[in-house]
Amino acid sequence: MTTEIQATDIVGRGNDTGARLFRQWFEGLTAAANEGRGAAYVFVMGSLCELLRVFDFPIVFPEINSLQAAVRRVAAEYLNEAENYGYSPDICGYVKADVATQLRGGAHPMGKIPKPAIAIATNACNTYIKWGEIWERMYGMPLFTLDIPGSRGAGLASPPGGEDFERDRRYVAAQLEELIALCERVSGRKFDIDRLREHLGWANELNQGWQRVLELNRSTPAVFNALSDGTIYLGVANGFRGAPEGAAFFNDLVREMAHKAERGIGTPVDEKWRLIFVGVPCYPIFRRFSELFSDWGGVFVNSTYLWFASGGANLGFHYDLQRPLDSLAEGVLLGVRDAMDSMFFQTKALVQMVDDYGADGVVFHPIKSCRTVSTGLADTRRALMAQRDIPSLFVESDMMDKRVVSEAQMKNRIDAFFEGLAARRHQAAATPV
Amino acid sequence: MTAATFPEWRGLPLDDIVMRCRELVEDTDFPTVRRWRDGGGKVVGHFQVYFPEEIAHAAGLLPFKVRGAPVEPTQADSRFGSYLCSIIKTSLELALSGRVQLDLFVTHPICDAARNLAGVWGRNVSYPCRILYLPQNPNSGFAARYLRDEYDRVRRLCAELAERDVTDDDLHRSIAVFNENRALLRRLYALKRERPWLLPVDEGYVLMAVGGLVPREEHNDLLRTVLPLLEARTLPRRDQIRVILEGGFCEQPPLDLLRAIARSCYVVDDDLLIGLRWLMEDVPQAGDPLQALAESYIDRSAHSPVQHDLRKPKDRMLLERLDQADAQAAILMAAKMCEPGLEELVVHTRALDSRGIRYFVSEFEENMTSFDSLEIQLETFVENLVFD
Repeated sequence: MTTEIQATDIVGRGNDTGARLFRQWFEGLTAAANEGRGAAYVFVMGSLCELLRVFDFPIVFPEINSLQAAVRRVAAEYLNEAENYGYSPDICGYVKADVATQLRGGAHPMGKIPKPAIAIATNACNTYIKWGEIWERMYGMPLFTLDIPGSRGAGLASPPGGEDFERDRRYVAAQLEELIALCERVSGRKFDIDRLREHLGWANELNQGWQRVLELNRSTPAVFNALSDGTIYLGVANGFRGAPEGAAFFNDLVREMAHKAERGIGTPVDEKWRLIFVGVPCYPIFRRFSELFSDWGGVFVNSTYLWFASGGANLGFHYDLQRPLDSLAEGVLLGVRDAMDSMFFQTKALVQMVDDYGADGVVFHPIKSCRTVSTGLADTRRALMAQRDIPSLFVESDMMDKRVVSEAQMKNRIDAFFEGLAARRHQAAATPV
Repeated sequence: MTAATFPEWRGLPLDDIVMRCRELVEDTDFPTVRRWRDGGGKVVGHFQVYFPEEIAHAAGLLPFKVRGAPVEPTQADSRFGSYLCSIIKTSLELALSGRVQLDLFVTHPICDAARNLAGVWGRNVSYPCRILYLPQNPNSGFAARYLRDEYDRVRRLCAELAERDVTDDDLHRSIAVFNENRALLRRLYALKRERPWLLPVDEGYVLMAVGGLVPREEHNDLLRTVLPLLEARTLPRRDQIRVILEGGFCEQPPLDLLRAIARSCYVVDDDLLIGLRWLMEDVPQAGDPLQALAESYIDRSAHSPVQHDLRKPKDRMLLERLDQADAQAAILMAAKMCEPGLEELVVHTRALDSRGIRYFVSEFEENMTSFDSLEIQLETFVENLVFD
């Protein structure tokens, strides 16, 4: 009986709290916009929230704003507006939705977005930099490009402590010092290293929690759906990085997921197939997209999205609070590099994921909008299938633009994929050992 | 020293030299690479836009500019998704089809598609494939130092491939060869700017593009020979408008498209194969050669849509190019599905609008074969300008 009461209290808490935190975040942004406060615009791969919070910038993630516009089914209006302004139908939909948000003075379905006082773009995605240039021209504010060298080839990530790694780390550290000086100038606040320690401490809890939550989904049944639930947690991991709410959320989430794992509590879906998702979700029909899989009992147990779009928080990196700036440089380098590796050199990680999570199938979902994520997926699929005998589905659509989302065609492909999975399982059962 | 890879032009009159260059640039079997390899040489393929070719050259390797080709990507297509520019696919096709044999491939994260190339390429070939992370924050006080170390990594890689040391003296000698090449290319572009009727855009292009296919000494020989011939040409000056051409920094427009443009306009400056002209001044030949190359990249370089530099805002750079070339209008092109190029169109059109300068906008693809419609549109644009 006691267990039942606890379960009622704890199961589903992460989703509810995540939704509440999101509303709070956007309420805060709306208040900042109304007060005329300038925000720090950042991106999910290398947001540096830990550092920017020291200067009390409201934090804006334009990628998250844009995907929210798609989830709330108003993306088409925003895309049209940006295309009328001159942007091509063939560029990133996130950029265009943001351009329209800016042209509308920050009007967004979740509130009002403050204008940027500063923007930080890492090179993890080239579009980040081109996007930042748009704000530079619109507002004349500084764009800081934080250059993070990635792995120079497959399997060539330099190990921490080695000479090559140290060279990269020194470059990142030097840029962070330059960024701090810029933040001081823009915010009018002096850098306070003790406040940085505090924010790094909260980021440590978040990183460790995120890593643990992902690990707990190895359970059967999976304790959360990496596509639907995972996107909520991912939003908190980004928006509340380096904040006490983020740390508390992930501490609670670990307890919730551990509780479920211990008791064999899965997602609301009767789990028949354990799937891995590679790519970016189809946000214009997000719920339906998820249902196309869950209707067949398909549950996503992990995804590369939860890795790269968390900026590498999946590594669980722990900042050394005794040497915060050096450690920040090291953590940012490792995290962003890992995020890049999980897009460009992902074969080995996928093989590991398939094995560790007991996957029955892998779904590759390249999208028109994002060449960073999508360009190499067809080839990755070939490489994965050469190493593991696992069924996979390759289905293209978009994360923003409903014009390139064909739900009926997608359903046909997905249905056929599950029928294939079922036939394969029957065949395996019928084959004498 | 390997035998000449491109001897066909020697001893010919100017028009025939240009024709031979055109044939070479359009040859999708890349005979110069084959000849270099037949002579026992090794080849470093480097993807657009810029690569410090001096380092490969100093190791005795042939730096080969990978810039796609007008071929059907029959094998490469299955390695990529949809919605991609052509150059990504055709470049890989050259490797998969065996048209080009490399010993090392280096790519740069110039755009979201190209940054995937090392991964895709590396899964499909047996030779090493690497990413050179040129600094995307050239405004950092540490960028030149970082880049110097990156170049040292390239030096080690090339030395390993060449099975020999690459000394500072080797590098200084190579820098001298490339400095001469840069000076010759500057002279070529000065001619386009000052007497454009002597050098149509398509002819200037092939004379330059050969540089990405042959040892640079050979290219220097070629340019040293043709420049006086071009300067002595007696072609009539026609009543054509002076334009700049933007959009050729990565995927290259077909030569026939350039010829169509040349029939209507004098192209007095452009960004075609800008990587071959990225360093705008001589690289110092004293001190640490890698540091000199790095500082030249950071402080004495051209601009392109794929490099962010606070000192080079895209709108201002376009207008400066236009002013310096004394151009009346601009032709703005973007390769199909080229995200940086398409994004730049918005910046460029607005910059030109702000100055009331006329422009012509079009998309292109390296594989396109029909130019009639585009040529008619372009002629109409020119007529509007002339009779306005």
